[in-house]
Amino acid sequence: MAKYQEYQFFDIFLPRYSKTNYQQGRFIMNKIVSKEHFSAHVVKLEVEAPLIARSRKAGHFVIVKVGEKGERIPLTIAGADVEKGTITLVIQAVGGSSRKICDLNVGDEITDLVGPLGQATHIEKVGTVVCAGGGVGVAPLLPIVEAFHNAGNRVIVVLAARTKDLVILEEQMRANSDEVIVMTDDGSYGTQGLITHGVENVINREQVDLCVTIGPAVMMKFVSALTQKYNVPTIASLNTIMVDGTGMCGACRITVGSKTKFVCVDGPEFDAHQVDFDEMLMRLSAYKDVEKK
Amino acid sequence: MTIEELIAQRRSEPWRDELRKSKKNKERADIPRVHMNELDPGVRSRNREEVNLGLTAEQAMQEAQRCLDCPNPTCMNGCPVNINIPTFIKYIEKGEFLNAAKTLKETSALPAVCGRVCPQEKQCEARCIYIQKMKKEPVAIGYLERFAADYERESGQISVPEVAEKNGKKIAVIGSGPAGLSFAGDMAKLGYEVTVFEALHEIGGVLKYGIPEFRLPNSIVDVEIDNLCQMGVQFITNCIIGKTISYEDLHADGFQGIFVASGAGLPNFMNIPGENLVGVMSSNEYLTRVNLMDAANPESDTPVLSGKNVAVIGGGNTAMDSVRTAHRLGADRAMIVYRRSEEEMPARIEEVKHAKEEGVEFMTLHNPIEYLGDEHGRVRQMRLQQMELGEPDASCRRSPVAIEGAIKTVDVDLVIVSVGVSPNPLVPSSIQGLEVTRKGTIVVNEQTMCSALEDVYAGGDIVRGGATVILAMGDGRKAAAAMHESLK
Repeated sequence: MAKYQEYQFFDIFLPRYSKTNYQQGRFIMNKIVSKEHFSAHVVKLEVEAPLIARSRKAGHFVIVKVGEKGERIPLTIAGADVEKGTITLVIQAVGGSSRKICDLNVGDEITDLVGPLGQATHIEKVGTVVCAGGGVGVAPLLPIVEAFHNAGNRVIVVLAARTKDLVILEEQMRANSDEVIVMTDDGSYGTQGLITHGVENVINREQVDLCVTIGPAVMMKFVSALTQKYNVPTIASLNTIMVDGTGMCGACRITVGSKTKFVCVDGPEFDAHQVDFDEMLMRLSAYKDVEKK
Repeated sequence: MTIEELIAQRRSEPWRDELRKSKKNKERADIPRVHMNELDPGVRSRNREEVNLGLTAEQAMQEAQRCLDCPNPTCMNGCPVNINIPTFIKYIEKGEFLNAAKTLKETSALPAVCGRVCPQEKQCEARCIYIQKMKKEPVAIGYLERFAADYERESGQISVPEVAEKNGKKIAVIGSGPAGLSFAGDMAKLGYEVTVFEALHEIGGVLKYGIPEFRLPNSIVDVEIDNLCQMGVQFITNCIIGKTISYEDLHADGFQGIFVASGAGLPNFMNIPGENLVGVMSSNEYLTRVNLMDAANPESDTPVLSGKNVAVIGGGNTAMDSVRTAHRLGADRAMIVYRRSEEEMPARIEEVKHAKEEGVEFMTLHNPIEYLGDEHGRVRQMRLQQMELGEPDASCRRSPVAIEGAIKTVDVDLVIVSVGVSPNPLVPSSIQGLEVTRKGTIVVNEQTMCSALEDVYAGGDIVRGGATVILAMGDGRKAAAAMHESLK
């Protein structure tokens, strides 16, 4: 796979792009090379995207659009293989557009895929880092866990899910961290309780220098409130509504420390203690009544 | 040959001479200016069809007779891309419409677009001898431009401009809006291998995501882009320079010149209370949803909020586009809220006229100070401060001053903020060594459009901060000429 090294592959890809007139449909790209079901509603896709695989860093996201009349939605990149030229996306089917992506199969193409977008996670050695992930937020958390671990931090991962079947990527987390604590709402696996219980136990047990949280907005709100109580600096990676993902529309705007910020270009990661989560939750529901099926 | 020499040479061609003498100037000047045929306001205000219908061949030929074919055509000084205006108009008068279109394409990559969206009343037509010396309405240069471009397209005999022999030099263009397309067209004509990189999934930039169908149908933009494709320009969508591919990658791949035309992508907000409520959005978001994503179409997956009482904040062309779009999408009340008076509005007079005909309300001398929402966080009302005009400010327009205590509350369920844009930071921040102003625009040499990096040129809104399609196109032409000079 040496041909994917360095810049040469751009030379290889350019003729593929250029053969295609913009009107004659799009070039064969963004092919799905593998698909795995994490649970009934969560799938992992490995997508051919060599340029993105090469340039992405932990924390980056992509915009994905399926079909000519598809919606542009942001997805945080869960991993990449530069040699193979692929990126990994983990998607939960929650609405029409995310279902369309989940329904794609190996060999299918994602109509439009652009990235990597946003600011990469600032990785440095800080000491002990607690990474708290819930739902599909666990997927984009993985590269961050890896990066902090590689930077020489003690990394403790707290994974949370409603029930055992919904716990994802536990093995990969174990391979890249010092400890993994699993919390389930129903106690079917790991410890029964919410993610905040897991995080609080760690904070009470040892010195924590940084917390990183990714998951549903409500979950991040409570993790943030908890770590604020203990004065643990916390980063939250936010997934808001976006259209272009490049700073053009402002649909993703949130309030951070009383200033309006754009998640797409200023984020997606912010100081969680400064984020107005209530406003973010309210804005996330903007299209609840009008979302197309 | 200089432009002056070219003008003189063409003007002295026998057919031009003959045509000029076929009618007395007095006769020509007595012809009244043509009126644009328009779709009835009652019909058009609820559909997306183009408002201006164009001129018939007879109307165009008659209007072309009005042009006096001046030896020193001042109109051309008003055109940022130096279209040879008398030449194309005289071809129309003679009935050679395809030659008229060819003339347009010599210097303009997008004649059908310019004929629709250029503010001719501030440019070529403002310099017309009729208005300068004769106190009459200027020749309708814009309508004629549109006529020639439309005629060519509809004739099916679209000419592809001549392209010089390939010189093997690769040039990258960042952004496929008017500046990028204009630059790409000129460089392709000179024999360069031009690749245009576009961040979005569609080519055309603001022409696609910003300007609505009823003013500029996407199909017309596509025809002009197709013309560039036939000239050998390559387009790569979904590719962001500085993110997907770096400036260094472009070098490594052999690109010798880069033109940054990434536009003014960041919408401004007013930072007033309630601005982040659901139902308050930028005009960029609203128009992108409707124009680029086709959100009003049930087939499209992208949703858009619709409102019964829609307020658009601002007085520019984008505000007019937004308010007229809202009306078309079913608003009972579509309002423009503008802090100065109508006289100071930056929008084209034609757009204001069309908006009024379609039933848009104009609340001038009003400025929003707060938005109020319901328990779900949806905007329900806006509080407006009434204003009066004071002394002229830095923009030479009389500045609005608040009338103390004069505040009113108006019901709204959709607010579209259209108070300008800032340059998109993606590209400037990812190319090391560019000089950037405090506002985020790229600093260039005004003559050459060359940035602080010798192989990087820039133009359009990323340099100007928010201007028009035609000024962006002018920048593209200027940059192409200068880059060609340096790469020779």
